[in-house]
Amino acid sequence: MADAAIRTRDLCKDYHVGFWRPRPYRALDRLSIEVAAGDVFGFLGPNGAGKTTTLKLLMQLVFPTSGDAEILGRPVGDVGVRRRIGYLPENPYFYDHLTAEELLDYYGRLFGMSAADRRTRIPATLDRLGIGGERRLALRKFSKGMLQRVGLAQAVLNDPDVLFLDEPMSGLDPLGRRDVRALILELRDQGRTIFFSSHILADAEALCSQVAIVAKGRLAAAGRLTDLQEFAIQGWEVVMSGVPADALERVRARASRVLTVAGDRYVIDLPPDGRPDELARELTGAGASLISVNPLRETLEDVFVRRVAAMGDGAREGSEPREGSEPAKRRASERAGEGGGAKPPGKR
Amino acid sequence: MTAIRSVAVAVFRESVRDRVFYNLVVFAVLLVAASILIGQLTAGQDVKIIKDLGLAATSLFGLFIAVFVGITLVSKEVERRSVYPLFAKPMRRAEFVLGKYAGLLLTLFANMVVMTAAIYAVLFFLSRGVPANIQAAWDAPAMDPALLKAIALIYLNLAVVTAVALFFSTYSSPMLSAVFTLGVYVAGQFSADLKHFDVIVDAPAAIAVAKACYYVLPDFAKFDVKLAVVHGIPVSGAYLASTAAYAAMYIAALLFGAVMIFSRRDFK
Repeated sequence: MADAAIRTRDLCKDYHVGFWRPRPYRALDRLSIEVAAGDVFGFLGPNGAGKTTTLKLLMQLVFPTSGDAEILGRPVGDVGVRRRIGYLPENPYFYDHLTAEELLDYYGRLFGMSAADRRTRIPATLDRLGIGGERRLALRKFSKGMLQRVGLAQAVLNDPDVLFLDEPMSGLDPLGRRDVRALILELRDQGRTIFFSSHILADAEALCSQVAIVAKGRLAAAGRLTDLQEFAIQGWEVVMSGVPADALERVRARASRVLTVAGDRYVIDLPPDGRPDELARELTGAGASLISVNPLRETLEDVFVRRVAAMGDGAREGSEPREGSEPAKRRASERAGEGGGAKPPGKR
Repeated sequence: MTAIRSVAVAVFRESVRDRVFYNLVVFAVLLVAASILIGQLTAGQDVKIIKDLGLAATSLFGLFIAVFVGITLVSKEVERRSVYPLFAKPMRRAEFVLGKYAGLLLTLFANMVVMTAAIYAVLFFLSRGVPANIQAAWDAPAMDPALLKAIALIYLNLAVVTAVALFFSTYSSPMLSAVFTLGVYVAGQFSADLKHFDVIVDAPAAIAVAKACYYVLPDFAKFDVKLAVVHGIPVSGAYLASTAAYAAMYIAALLFGAVMIFSRRDFK
């Protein structure tokens, strides 16, 4: 890929653990990835998978044992390329004694911005991140979420071409997460490249055009999100109300599952070739009302769990089905079916 | 240069916000209290004692700042991980180390300017009204400009101590850095004795080790002209220049080592 914004080739990083008899521990093993300019790239993996190590290698906070990496066609050690990048570390710490405005002024000077540039750009950036009102408050008085916003502000201060975000949603409330998502999409629309690591898969699903999954320091999978998610429809979920009993009985033979939800409302699962349009037509003809039709697909979380498990590391993050994952949905559906209670969590 | 200047200003600002300059209040109180007390207890020696005390206190307070701020200059940023966003900016690690050093020198300079002014102010008040014939019998005038030579050498001494502290702080914890720096400072006071170790010891190996230490450790005794200045013994410009050159070479070697170590360091 000629216009890759970020490229790593066989990147390896060994740490030495133990004091008396240090032995090597491979944190990253021959990682080769390419991120095209303008992509929102999700770098996913469980804790300890090598996500932060990769970002540190790209930022030259640690040096590779072997392999190399480039940003915008320049080696990562090139100081000049840092004028064109922004970086938000995981759980960032900034100087307690400074205010948000002073911190950005300090960083602005390091970017070589003129005083006039700093005067206009700093308030605008702080306002954009929703902390303009607190710009003269010492950072020691900031909450974790506000510090995260300051971290994002310093990362976008120089209007970077490539933005590296390490767990950008960490510590943010739902409103903050929405704002960050909006910021990422806005930057993407401006043609920026965004590389972000996360284990919050919903964010990756909502934002990323490409993802890579790492586990145990190795690349487990990479590609366009649609390929990875195996977007082939695995079935249909049709929600109807007011279905007459005889019509419901006819449907049962074609459905893979019928659940009763809240009185006269039914969830009818069909196989991939189950023709939901025909079913809906038939039932509405019998007097029922159509509520919704949803395709059933594997979520990114399921892909994540499966790929990580395939690396022999399923126990760390993948063993417990999370809310919203396929196994969790199945269990919720079973509970709903048994009790005739609430609708299971929606599938896409 | 922009990066070095920005980091230096940040260090100075942090020193101000962290109340490093509060030591000046203690210094001023100490000096004024001592001058009142000494003025009542001594006859004609008060100016000399105030000079002695003032220079010693300047050296001691400066040493505290150089060591205890110096050892945290780099290590605090690494421990708290504030270097992470910093090194994603267009700045070399060498510029960071040099900026940190320049910032602490600036802090020490501001500190010493105030202390020097305080010493001269106290000396002015003590000598006021003293008859000219008594003043003529003093080893040196109260407002002796030669005091500035002693203060300049104290400053150079502190610049070397700061470089030692910074060197250790690039790769060890603040606690270890403090131990190492104070160890070097104490050993450096007796550096001249190491040179003549063969006079008191007859073991060739021990003499070789002592000589090696003499050449490696800074000779802090070179910077101490307090006694000479207080007693009106002239300190030549050539001596000042050669000591400054010695300090510059030593500082350059330490900063080179600090930059080399820090530039290769992984921030895990």
